[in-house]
Amino acid sequence: MSNAVSALEGAEFNGFAEVREIGLQGMITLRGDLGSKAMAGAVKSATGLKLPELRRIEQAEGQAVAWMSPDELLVMVPYEDVQKTLVALDKALKGTHYMAVDVSDARAVFQVTGPAAGDVIAKLAPIDMGALATGEIRRSRLAQIPAAFWLVGDDTVSGTVQVVCFRSVAQYGFDLLKTAAENGTEVGFLA
Amino acid sequence: MSTRLATHGRLLDKSRPLTFTFNGKSFKGVEGDTLASALLANDQMMIGRSFKYHRPRGLVASGAEEPNGLVNMGEGGKFEPNQRVTTTELFDGLTCKSQNHWPSLDYDIGAINNHMARFMPAGFYYKTFMFPRFAWKHVFEPVIRMSAGLGNAPKDRDADTYEHFYAFVDVLVIGGGVAGLQAAKAAGDAGAKVLLIEQTAHWGGRAAVDGGTVDGVPVQAFIDATIDALDAMPNVQMRHRMMGAGVYDHGYVLGYERLTDHAPKTAGPRHRLWRICAAQTITATGALERGLSFAGNDIPGVLLASAVRDYAVNFGVSVGDRTVVVTNNDDAYRTAISLKEAGLDVPVILDARPTGGGALADAARALGIRVENGKAIASVQGGKRVTGVAICDQAGEGAVLEEIRCDCVAMSGGWSPVVHLWSHCGGKLNWDDDAVHFRPDPDRPPTGAKGEAFVITAGNASGEMDLHSVLQDADKAGKSAAKASGHAPTRTAAPTGESAPEAVMMAIWLMPHGAPIKLRAKSWLDYQNDVKVSDIQLAAQEGYESVEHAKRYTTLGMATDQGKLSNINGLATLANALDAEIPQVGTTTFRPPYTPISMGAIGGEARGDIFQPIRRTPMQGWHEANNGDFEPVGHWRRVFCYPKADETREQAAHREVLATRASLGLLDASTLGKIIVKGPDAGKFLDMLYTNMMSTLKPGRCRYGLMCSENGFLMDDGVVARIDDDTFLCHTTTGGAERIHAHMEEWLQTEWWDWQVYAANVTEQYAQIAVVGPNARKLLQKLTDEDVSNDAFSFMGWSDLTLGHIKARVFRISFSGELSYEIAVSASQGRALWDRLLVAGKEFGVTPYGTEALHIMRAEKGFIMIGDETDGTVIPQDLGLNWAISKKKTDYLGKRAQQRSHMADPDRWKLVGLKTLDGGTLPDGAYIVGEGVNANGQRRVIGRVTSTYHSPTLGYGIAFALLLHGPDRMGEVVNVAMIDDVDVPAQVCDLVFFDKDGEKQNV
Amino acid sequence: MLILECPYCGVTAEETEFHGGGEAHLTRHGPDSSEQDFEDYLFQRENPKGVHFERWRHVNGCGKWLHAARCTLTLEVFGTYNAQTFEPPKHIKDAITAKRPGWTWRTFS
Repeated sequence: MSNAVSALEGAEFNGFAEVREIGLQGMITLRGDLGSKAMAGAVKSATGLKLPELRRIEQAEGQAVAWMSPDELLVMVPYEDVQKTLVALDKALKGTHYMAVDVSDARAVFQVTGPAAGDVIAKLAPIDMGALATGEIRRSRLAQIPAAFWLVGDDTVSGTVQVVCFRSVAQYGFDLLKTAAENGTEVGFLA
Repeated sequence: MSTRLATHGRLLDKSRPLTFTFNGKSFKGVEGDTLASALLANDQMMIGRSFKYHRPRGLVASGAEEPNGLVNMGEGGKFEPNQRVTTTELFDGLTCKSQNHWPSLDYDIGAINNHMARFMPAGFYYKTFMFPRFAWKHVFEPVIRMSAGLGNAPKDRDADTYEHFYAFVDVLVIGGGVAGLQAAKAAGDAGAKVLLIEQTAHWGGRAAVDGGTVDGVPVQAFIDATIDALDAMPNVQMRHRMMGAGVYDHGYVLGYERLTDHAPKTAGPRHRLWRICAAQTITATGALERGLSFAGNDIPGVLLASAVRDYAVNFGVSVGDRTVVVTNNDDAYRTAISLKEAGLDVPVILDARPTGGGALADAARALGIRVENGKAIASVQGGKRVTGVAICDQAGEGAVLEEIRCDCVAMSGGWSPVVHLWSHCGGKLNWDDDAVHFRPDPDRPPTGAKGEAFVITAGNASGEMDLHSVLQDADKAGKSAAKASGHAPTRTAAPTGESAPEAVMMAIWLMPHGAPIKLRAKSWLDYQNDVKVSDIQLAAQEGYESVEHAKRYTTLGMATDQGKLSNINGLATLANALDAEIPQVGTTTFRPPYTPISMGAIGGEARGDIFQPIRRTPMQGWHEANNGDFEPVGHWRRVFCYPKADETREQAAHREVLATRASLGLLDASTLGKIIVKGPDAGKFLDMLYTNMMSTLKPGRCRYGLMCSENGFLMDDGVVARIDDDTFLCHTTTGGAERIHAHMEEWLQTEWWDWQVYAANVTEQYAQIAVVGPNARKLLQKLTDEDVSNDAFSFMGWSDLTLGHIKARVFRISFSGELSYEIAVSASQGRALWDRLLVAGKEFGVTPYGTEALHIMRAEKGFIMIGDETDGTVIPQDLGLNWAISKKKTDYLGKRAQQRSHMADPDRWKLVGLKTLDGGTLPDGAYIVGEGVNANGQRRVIGRVTSTYHSPTLGYGIAFALLLHGPDRMGEVVNVAMIDDVDVPAQVCDLVFFDKDGEKQNV
Repeated sequence: MLILECPYCGVTAEETEFHGGGEAHLTRHGPDSSEQDFEDYLFQRENPKGVHFERWRHVNGCGKWLHAARCTLTLEVFGTYNAQTFEPPKHIKDAITAKRPGWTWRTFS
């Protein structure tokens, strides 16, 4: 799969915060009964992580599972592990009503890093970045496109915000973040 | 004359001189000046002309309420009209020009209107420009266009940038005067997250100008200490040059931050529009002084008393050497006292109250100022500036008792709390007879999402007018807001303020009380729009009794200041004319923004490349590098064609069609929607969604389907592939993916929530490339070892193949009538596959083609296109698609609607093909006309062209049309109306123009 | 700007995260329905001054359809609840009654 490329091939920008497309990220949309034992077991066996609670994201090195809606999770694994993970999920969920589809290439993922990363996001998304807790995933919009946000690892808002949007609008998303992080446009509200 | 004082000017840094130009003339100011104070310091008393009569106009106010001081600011990409000089901070190199005059400020032709004033009363425009009708276009409009409008429209693209910011706070405090500072402190002390905003560059508001003490120290010391305390609180943020522009439903507030207006060379956005979600909002917006209505109150040199005081104290500017003060309240005495203390002459204070003023009046007298009680101004003398006043009794009809020379008149008609923000979202007002103003009724506040009150007023904005009550009220407001947002207020007492006690004021709506028409017609209410006392009275007399009607009839309060100065005086005048009480007349509606905000700020970051999201396919880079000529399809940009060197778009599309039909074409079809539908009930679900039967489709096969809305109208079409027993892949149109996915979710979540079906929109997961043409199979075979022969991989089948190293799902479907494969691969490998296909296809002369070639080929084959043949009023039966409508199914979305009488009407227009007799191409959307005329005498229309192309394959024009009784007219010649009234004959024919038996795709 | 709480993901968010979907609690009428029933289903909508029930979708969020009980006059939101129901749950009805005693809407009260 050496010829697989992410939407912006790792574009970067340094302003008062750093904006970076992180490259290919394995992602699986997993729908099913989140309350079932089979689902918790499937997530555990495929990623080693526990099933996230409402609006939470479980993160570990190279893996994450995010709560997307009452019947949907986003499973994140290294790009090359997607097929393997799908097989594991299918095996664990066989016989139940579920859906597991590869959406790795349908998305673009950015990281906004720096003490004022929250201010960058707050220019574009109608969400309270000051109240975004560690381990919380917030789906909303980035200006005119849907996007999801969370803090990387156990970092607080003074660190790195991960932003996921659809692939076709990756350039728009990057340009937005870049414009918002431009030097001279600091707000100093959250940081 | 107006000039700079040697002393005074608390906001100035006189060591930092600045240069600016007004109407091309170079002037000097200093750091800390507003454009208004700097103009006055240069004796530029006249600043513009009024809108209707073009009367000379000077400054009236010192803040946001200023109606006259508007200029065209800046040049080129920085040009902006209607900039208010009183709220414009001076910077070095500022350039501005006055407005509303022609040819020049001093000599203005429009001023002739002034002499015609008696022929241009209220409603003049409505009465005059009605008849004769032709005169509007040829006489009135051209003349009005020459003289109308405030300022000039910018010609260049705005050179500045703007942005938004979303903020969430417990307590938002609007206004940084002493009330706002104290309210923020009280809320902050309680632990609430507070944002305090102030529209000017200074904290403390008017208090420092008006004087007094707080807890025994001068008010300025209190202001400084409070700022320090707030600065030290981590839960409080303070931002100045930021106005509370509007208060909206559920506690949403717009803040308008002006970042670089005062320093245009600074990097960064010019304005930032704050979208603030506040649990509680405190409006500490102060009060605005009202003028008095006397003859000549608009002559340059007549200002609000508070403005005269501000210019002297804040900016060290004397508006005149001799200032007559005229008032109905005690506050104006402060102006007289400040002027006297600055060494200026105050020949007389005219106090309209028979009993006169209180302690401040005594203080004025003690300074040797002459004070006359019960006296008024009969008229102001002067043209382009004040030269004197004629004095009369307030009680009489204006018999002149005395004339006094002066060059400035400071007037005060009392103070109105700034209730705008309180009122924006429904806060109600009470009329206060003693204070003679409307004040917020705390029992009828704006209410939020939970029905809770979410705005609290503080200080002057509550109607509390003396320093002590201001501080008490503000402290209470801060504590209440903190409590309402879930924080426990401290028990600390509010600071104690001390200021001179004031005698009661008296309502004065006309000066003198019995002023005859001659004086009333020179007594201005709305300076910018030239509305006089007599106009309001005329409106009332002509039956415009509602304040909203009177406003529109006279234009009172419709100027850029939105009646900040004029509204209360205007509606009191209306009340008097109607012999009604002021509260019964009421106010006009307060609407955001408080003062105008820039269009740029509203747009925010959305301009240029990020005006809107542009969706890009994985192959977009190749298209751009290879001269792709794009067209918008939803938010996608699809290639229309790839013109070579000298080709026109049409030539390019025709070449692409011919090359594809002859050998091999490639189309980027990634934009087509792809939705996976999975679950035990997936077949049943799709049977409801599509008009035809999908549950009978076999895994490995594809079927074309139609989707209708519950109204029966065709909304989308596409090919469905069955992946396995439980799983379907539904293709939608390019623009339809999100809409159809949402449509599916809606039915699954809100109607059939017990069905076991999941849907996922995987449109962007895949790059999709159509390989089309007689050599398509050969190309495919070059890339794979697997058998792709017609027997192994038949038409309307799909197969998972490995092409090189790339895993692909290939659908053998055709929208062109050619042998055709649509290859779907991971988006991240789309470009790699595209490149590989180009290399491998070289021997077949592979030709990338765009949407125009796609359209031509589908039309040649008689395939419909959603959005061309459909427009939201067309049902599948209209398009002859009955074959795709199941008769066996008891139900599908749209079935019931299609049974309605109008839908089953045999007179509905039906789709047919059209061929012109001369081989020409019909215009898109052209009407087909029948015999006779309709009820309006227009030609009877019997159909319209829905798609039309020149077919390069056939060498003549082909078209589709919806036509009355179309299928019954085969071979008939119909008339297609052109816009030049010439009819073009066209023959009705079958929809399929090319390869009727489908031999090309079935090889 | 309306602020709504999504009953599925618990997010309280501004209107721009949601998309309005018209009146709630409509009953679908299919192929066997009368002309009158079908017309009512497709076209006849309540337009009350006061208590109203509407559908919203949390489009820029968890994607779920929800119902909101709202006052069209004051814009007060009495509550939001899942769309998988044929009538407003009791706690929503109670919340409305507490604020607007005697309310009625179609067959609900």
